[in-house]
Amino acid sequence: MEKTKYMNPYLAGTCLGLVLLLTIYITGRGLGASGAFKGFYVAAVEKVAPQHTQTQKFYTDYAQEHPGNPLMNWLVFEVIGVLLGAFISGLVSNRLKFKMEYGPRSNAKVRAASALIGGALFSLGAQFGRGCTSGAALSGMAVMSTGGIITMMAIFGSAYAFAYFFRKLWL
Amino acid sequence: MGPLVPDIIGNELNLVIALFLGMLFGAVLEQAGFSTSKKLVGLFYGYDFTVLRVFFTAGVVAMTGVILLEHFGLLDINLTFVNPMFLWSAIVGGLIMGLGFVIGGFCPGTGLCAAAIGKIDGILFVLGSFIGVFIFAEGYPMFEGIYKGANWGNVQMYQTLHIPESLFAFLLTAVALTAFWFTSIVENKVNGVSKPAVRMTPYYVSLGVIGTLIAFSAFVLPEKRSSLLEKAEDINFVNQHDIKTISSDELAYRIIDKENELQIFDFRSAKSFEKFHLPKAISLSANGLFEKETSKPLLVEHKINVFVGDNELSEKKAAAIALELGFENIRVLQGGLEAFKSQIINFDTTQTAAANRQLADTFRFRAKACKVIPQLIEQSKSIGVIKKATKRVVGGC
Repeated sequence: MEKTKYMNPYLAGTCLGLVLLLTIYITGRGLGASGAFKGFYVAAVEKVAPQHTQTQKFYTDYAQEHPGNPLMNWLVFEVIGVLLGAFISGLVSNRLKFKMEYGPRSNAKVRAASALIGGALFSLGAQFGRGCTSGAALSGMAVMSTGGIITMMAIFGSAYAFAYFFRKLWL
Repeated sequence: MGPLVPDIIGNELNLVIALFLGMLFGAVLEQAGFSTSKKLVGLFYGYDFTVLRVFFTAGVVAMTGVILLEHFGLLDINLTFVNPMFLWSAIVGGLIMGLGFVIGGFCPGTGLCAAAIGKIDGILFVLGSFIGVFIFAEGYPMFEGIYKGANWGNVQMYQTLHIPESLFAFLLTAVALTAFWFTSIVENKVNGVSKPAVRMTPYYVSLGVIGTLIAFSAFVLPEKRSSLLEKAEDINFVNQHDIKTISSDELAYRIIDKENELQIFDFRSAKSFEKFHLPKAISLSANGLFEKETSKPLLVEHKINVFVGDNELSEKKAAAIALELGFENIRVLQGGLEAFKSQIINFDTTQTAAANRQLADTFRFRAKACKVIPQLIEQSKSIGVIKKATKRVVGGC
């Protein structure tokens, strides 16, 4: 089981809120995550199939919105920071370990498949929602964006609605 | 005034800051326990509401902070990224994300944190995320209608609901506190714990008191903009400031000389400005002094900023506000534009030159200026009025 205790949730929330506030004050934008996946993905496709990126509308739209190298993107750098920060935190709290977590009625194969499918779905949804729980819901709430708050309600509403059907994965 | 990007912090340094802020973000998420899927999905099965607590606390803290920074004139929300609202896309995206959440057990940010500390399911979740982008990219022609439909723009919730900003902030905070209380009861029931849901430990009490005090300060301390605008109506307040003036002749001389240091700010209404304005004058309002984009020219160093208005009092009001806001090198035109018009532009050359030599010089200068200045005004008209272009920071995922 866990060797170290996690931070008090209200204290952690206050810290997270202050980090977000600092981000908004300095950069004028919120935190995010899913946008970085898009940056990495577009960069990879540009490398592998350059013609594809010139003809397909998704890539031309992306290039229009984000001129320049897709890796020289604010979120790409931020996400590299997230990886480093989480790694350091895990190191300090003695939580670095290769392992897989799943519910008692689940198994490793099911968990592997569900993690992949869940990742794909979440990321697909984040494209529509123009951000994930960080970029749309949390950052949107901080600036009281209607779009962000509606996305947040849809995420949690949908998760509660579907939770019953996937209880075997977790309980 | 914030945001510091792009004026104070350049785009390259911004990327370094992104790395640094990302590290803080990742470390907080990991410390909160977001690197384990069991804790995350606990929210949906009622056995662990950590996510809700952290998430809502963070949202309320950041929102209160944004409102406070705005209130004290430290952040210009018009330049800050506000997630745009595309109604159907936001709902459809949210529904898919919710499904992905219960199946995958992570969200993109937390998945990365889990992957960083060696959770194999976290790594797989991240890999799966790329498949998600792939599906969206290849199916884009099909999705584009929903994706770009029902665009409401960068609206904020209180605008959508037509309620004051502070009321919305209060309601959201109340919802968050109620949720904390309610979920604690549920959590205890599910886990068979019988301790009371709300415990008034010194820790929670002090956290709550600090938050309330900060939020309350916004009500007690006046908003910078409205209080300063109000104060400027008071003649005594205006007279407290040492406001330098410039005579019509000197201004005319500098205009004819096409001095680079000269910047003219016209504080009359936009309508009067369009009808008539001095060469290269910039139209500005007292409100505009508080906004980053419109007050930018005032920040340029080694300039002489001349404020013009219909009369000297209106000029001085604007100058007092500008001085309070820390702007420098401000002069007001003696007698306002009325004096400038009668002394220079409509100068009556049929007058007989005065005997006094100094007055004779003035006469000769004005006789010349009244021909040159209208030409310059005519020339500068063709440049047209510079439209205010508010550029938001590009953000979002």
